[in-house]
Amino acid sequence: MTQGRTAERLAVIPPAGPQAGASAGSSAASSSAATRTVERVTGAKSVVRSLEEAGVDVVFGIPGGAVLPVYDPLLDSTKVRHVLVRHEQGAGHAATGYAQASGRVGVCMATSGPGATNLVTPIADAQMDSVPMVAITGQVGRSMIGTDGFQEADICGITMPITKHNFLVTDPAEIPQTIAAAFHLAATGRPGVVLVDIPKDVLQSETTFVWPPDVHLPGYRPTMRPHAGQIAAAAKLIASSRRPVLYVGGGVLKARATESLRQLAESTGIPVVTTLMARGAFPDSHIQHLGMPGMHGTVAAVAGMQRADLIIALGARFDDRVTGQLSTFAPGATVIHADIDPAEIGKNRVADVPIVGDVGEVIADLVVAVAAEQASGVVADLTAWWAELDDFRETFPLGYDWPADGSLSPQYVIERLGAIAGPDAIYAAGVGQHQMWAAQFIKYEKPFTWLNSGGLGTMGYAVPAAMGAKMGRPDAVVWAIDGDGCFQMTNQELATCAIEGIPIKVAIINNGNLGMVRQWQTLFYGERYSQTDLGTHKHRIPDFKMLAESYGCVGLRCESKEDVDKTIQAAMEINDRPVVVDFTVGADAQVWPMVAAGTGNDQIMAARGIRPLFDEE
Amino acid sequence: MSRHTLSVLVENKPGVLARVSSLFSRRGFNIHSLAVGPTENPEVSRMTIVVAVEGLPLEQVTKQLNKLVNVLKIVELPPAQAVQRELLLIKLRSDAASRPQIVTIVDMFRAHIIDITPDALTVEATGTSDKLDALVKMLEPFGVREMVQSGMVALGRGPRSITSTSSRAD
Repeated sequence: MTQGRTAERLAVIPPAGPQAGASAGSSAASSSAATRTVERVTGAKSVVRSLEEAGVDVVFGIPGGAVLPVYDPLLDSTKVRHVLVRHEQGAGHAATGYAQASGRVGVCMATSGPGATNLVTPIADAQMDSVPMVAITGQVGRSMIGTDGFQEADICGITMPITKHNFLVTDPAEIPQTIAAAFHLAATGRPGVVLVDIPKDVLQSETTFVWPPDVHLPGYRPTMRPHAGQIAAAAKLIASSRRPVLYVGGGVLKARATESLRQLAESTGIPVVTTLMARGAFPDSHIQHLGMPGMHGTVAAVAGMQRADLIIALGARFDDRVTGQLSTFAPGATVIHADIDPAEIGKNRVADVPIVGDVGEVIADLVVAVAAEQASGVVADLTAWWAELDDFRETFPLGYDWPADGSLSPQYVIERLGAIAGPDAIYAAGVGQHQMWAAQFIKYEKPFTWLNSGGLGTMGYAVPAAMGAKMGRPDAVVWAIDGDGCFQMTNQELATCAIEGIPIKVAIINNGNLGMVRQWQTLFYGERYSQTDLGTHKHRIPDFKMLAESYGCVGLRCESKEDVDKTIQAAMEINDRPVVVDFTVGADAQVWPMVAAGTGNDQIMAARGIRPLFDEE
Repeated sequence: MSRHTLSVLVENKPGVLARVSSLFSRRGFNIHSLAVGPTENPEVSRMTIVVAVEGLPLEQVTKQLNKLVNVLKIVELPPAQAVQRELLLIKLRSDAASRPQIVTIVDMFRAHIIDITPDALTVEATGTSDKLDALVKMLEPFGVREMVQSGMVALGRGPRSITSTSSRAD
């Protein structure tokens, strides 16, 4: 019925005719024409000029029929470097890693059809983690659209639910303003992915290039400044609560607000938890840091949130991996929720004090407002709260057992890697056990040193993301920490790294299995290991050392505790080529603590069968 | 399940209807009806969306809609403060014997007969869903050959317009 009505009414809409965007855009262009240079160019050249004007220094991509016109003027650009990847998924994750490490907008490019659809996973990944990215895709010619032409895919339709916005450019004159709008949308407000789809004949047409002085998006007005009344209400609660917790999410990194966060934390003495997306936003060495909350968080961080009387959520979204079963999450807590995206506030957990705004501005305002409260004599005594939390920290620190079979401990490898490469290195993880261990056992002291696929949980993220990060931060040591399963999804980008001179380092935490799935089979499926053994131990297929060497990288292998440090040191010394280390580790190591999916956070298991919070209830 | 009527101003651009309807299906919001058409401003289209909300605050719907770059403004129109209309076309079997009875009913509902043949006629009616439901119930016994109904359209009562209204639905 609803469908029928929709279709019926659709027929009544007048044909699109002169579009709003076209008229607004052309007036902007003509008004600036007198003062700005107008260049006669092809649509393709207009794309390259637009990327240059947008400040792009690197594009990850692969050419193909429909996007081919862009690659011709790209050859002459002195500002934009193109990195030829081996699979479009690699281009997307590389752009994501570049953006996460550098804070600038990442750019990837692909041709129509399969090129564009191969970008779908990294687009969904970046959008879930609010990473600023622009994807440029070629499309079949305008007259071919809708005919199921060769390499045609409706990429705008496909990516509509997984982008912040997307554009199909149908007029070559609109290329500059569309690309300008794409960069503006990607980078401002809650960052996200914008896709620009350009038909081949639009790229081939003669047109003019004028970089627009500003963008015209009447429906896009992100709220940056927080409401003063809400700040005051929040400050009152913060100053007077006896069991508060600062729940810090990835938004604090995106807002570049780590310094003011530290000020807020230190001026109030409130304990801090940093989510998987926010590792590095607050130094791990800081006495007030309880660690990561959530499914594999520390007992202290999980207990702190469960028992809090006030949760101050800053750029975090109450994701199910943090809250566990929502109905039993932090039952006694009043919630202050600050986010730039109003739709996140109240989505999962009701906010008592909602604050819409840039979290950097929110924190800066809170620092001032809380100081005023304190000056007026409102200072809560957190001694008892800290005593309780310290007790959790001391009784249930993060730790691990050595495998009973004498094999190498994966946690030890990751711990040593973090210690040797240090807090200035950038770590990009795949998804699974190794990701959780990398979040737990590496000590993050600085922002933008931890990159991972948090929301979408995309296996295969690490190698291309590390490649992008190294392009964005060429001076930093970049380690990909990958599983043997993840690595086999995207390791083709090692060829790109070797040929383009991008010397990343890859630690394969090779347990021969899809480890996290295997852990769930151990715990919840009676140790019936269905389709999780990859054979990377049993058959050594592939031999990662030989694979690395055939890709022009240095291949190393480490199988014993004694060799761990010297292998890492050997890898650290190689800076002219990518290095891949096969750390052959035990298959039975598990990620602890753990809140089993669907259960409440009170049932957190510090280790198998040990429920520190539940038993006390 | 409570229903809410949202008036949504959107940019008149290709694909906007798809963006809105795909948002509803992706987020699990129920659209009861959706009507879209031009406005006094050729750059702006207006959608009237009747959304059925169950166990979910309407706020989430409007906030998510507001995130669409092409959405300009959202206003909720409470039934008491708005005029709401749907259009119904219904084709009935009718012969000389039944026609006078049908005409009587059509007149009572202030509807019109807009097409007629010796063995059938088509009735046009506008009104609220309740009125149209009542009309259909009265006409059903004569034999419905086919019928079609539009989504609801609505305007706020009084002199103010949606563009001057400050009360955004968020």
